[in-house]
Amino acid sequence: MEVWQFCEQSMHPAWSRIQGPTKVTIPNELCDPIVANELYNRYLDEWMLGDELGYNIFVNEHHASANCMSVSCTLTLSILARQTQKARLLSLGVPIANRTDPYRVAEELAMIDVISKGRLEVGLVKASPFELSMSNQSPARIMDRYWEAHDLIVKAFTSREPFSWEGEFYQYRNVNLWPRPYQQPMPPMWITASSAANGRKIAELGYVCATFFNGKGTKVLFDAYRDQYLKTHGRVAPPTRLAYLGMMVTGHNEAEVAERVAKMQVYLDVQPRTPKEWTNPPGYESIEGNVKALQAGKKGGRLNFGLPPNPTMEQMIDGGIFFAGTPDQIYNQIKKFSDSVGGLDHLLVLSQAGDLSHAETVDSLTLFAKEVMPRLKELKSNHEVTPMAAE
Amino acid sequence: MLMTALPDRVSVGSATLEILRKGRGQPLLFLHSGHGIDPSDAFLESLASKYRVIAPAHPGFGSSDLPAGITSVDDLAYFYLDFLEHEDLRDAILVGASFGGWLAAELAIKGTGRFSKLILLDPVGAKFGDREHREIKEILNTPIDDLPATLFSDPQEGVKKFGDLDFPAMQEAEVTRFARNRESFLLFGWAHALFNPKLASRLHRIRMPSLVVWGEDDRVVSPAYGRAYAKAIPGAEFESIPRAGHYGYMEQPAAYAAATLKFLSR
Repeated sequence: MEVWQFCEQSMHPAWSRIQGPTKVTIPNELCDPIVANELYNRYLDEWMLGDELGYNIFVNEHHASANCMSVSCTLTLSILARQTQKARLLSLGVPIANRTDPYRVAEELAMIDVISKGRLEVGLVKASPFELSMSNQSPARIMDRYWEAHDLIVKAFTSREPFSWEGEFYQYRNVNLWPRPYQQPMPPMWITASSAANGRKIAELGYVCATFFNGKGTKVLFDAYRDQYLKTHGRVAPPTRLAYLGMMVTGHNEAEVAERVAKMQVYLDVQPRTPKEWTNPPGYESIEGNVKALQAGKKGGRLNFGLPPNPTMEQMIDGGIFFAGTPDQIYNQIKKFSDSVGGLDHLLVLSQAGDLSHAETVDSLTLFAKEVMPRLKELKSNHEVTPMAAE
Repeated sequence: MLMTALPDRVSVGSATLEILRKGRGQPLLFLHSGHGIDPSDAFLESLASKYRVIAPAHPGFGSSDLPAGITSVDDLAYFYLDFLEHEDLRDAILVGASFGGWLAAELAIKGTGRFSKLILLDPVGAKFGDREHREIKEILNTPIDDLPATLFSDPQEGVKKFGDLDFPAMQEAEVTRFARNRESFLLFGWAHALFNPKLASRLHRIRMPSLVVWGEDDRVVSPAYGRAYAKAIPGAEFESIPRAGHYGYMEQPAAYAAATLKFLSR
């Protein structure tokens, strides 16, 4: 099992001053640039430490958000491409249906892959519904746009000749990727999913399937992925294809763990708070999905995390949302979760959230790397990173 | 209510549409708003006392097909050019409300020669102001519970039109109509946000007697916007109706019908 260090680069010192939504409409008066400067550099330092400790690195992006100041996966990764040595660098992901220029996305990713000497992993995501308020791209037909952008990016990565593109959403006279990716024919590709149907689609492509805070829904998704992979490719899915994101914190004793959990837990309240018109704009979910939700009496977007209000630590751990404990406890939690989903290849950990301080984050990451990670690596011994063929 | 099926069907090209046909006489094509048609609509009932009302659910709305390739208001306008030929409408009256008013304006500027009078009820679709002010309130992703108060002067009228917003009590087909209407409205209206930047400068091409009717309590597009709309159409008359919101013809059907019938009788 590989472990990926994730952090949303939040402006958490502002959280206590925000009532209601934490994104889209909050005034940027609350984003003090002096504090932001300290935080950006702190988060980058933590990733550089993670690189030394044996973590891989996972970055994301959001817009107009107090929970995530990373406005571009490729901006963050371009810094880390130069400042880290060993870690794989995962963008999860670039919200391609929100981008007006997928050719540019391919260019930036290829440049990161070359500078990092082939350490890039490319995640392409649908993006959260509220992101559409900033990108101004339509919620309607978002997936049609997504797949056209995806096809263009894959062709740009793999084509060795200039080509033209006259699609429904994107048009180019001349696509010619300089540089081409370091990893040939292209870097490993990742897509996020929560439903079995989407897991099957990702299996058909042979990409890595990642799921976030999916808890008990994970097994159904992973089973569907493995089943479809076997059907499509005629062989068992390699042990590099299934990834899960949960929160993670460790400590030297239970009291310390509880204190750290309390500091991070505020994230579960803050992160989902979205202006209600942006929780599920028409077109973002399928008609069938919306009909089912309306018939069930739900008029807004889906709830995050599937947890009760003010969950206890036990509920968060049991729900597969939080891995929290002393090294022995946390190893057992991860092993149990991995076993419950039929095996896990990549564990993505949100290892800094909320008010967890730099010193606490460093201590937790270090303890986990020394005491837990070596045991997790043994859970799957044949993990290999191989450049991905365009399947 | 707005999620009830329309009684008839019509096929135009590859698309089958739901349609409401009512009354006899001179044809009157009614183009609906982004939230569909109530088949027992009182305003349409009044018009049907004197005219042959033809009220289709647009492609993608209700249970009407959405043919591949129809993704914009321009596509819809071209679809309706086919529809006019299919129905062979002549000397027809064109009436459009809200989003349907935009669509009616797009048809009217094309000079089909098939229409003799135009009536726009609280239409959207044109941009008159500057780049830093929105004139049309965001109604594509309005939270469902906020729709009545946004679209109606009296929210209770809206609640009724939307079936009390009690989706668990509705038939699946009705809930599906509601969900399809919202998605298609957003598909056609997203960007620019409920307007065509070219429309305002093309409205001068409307060369038929025109009436613009506005709800005094319209919270989506103000009466001032309505007056600008009327001013851009040569010779257009403007009439405002009290205690009427954006979907004023649904909540003050008698007043909207009286203004419309008076204009048509001249």
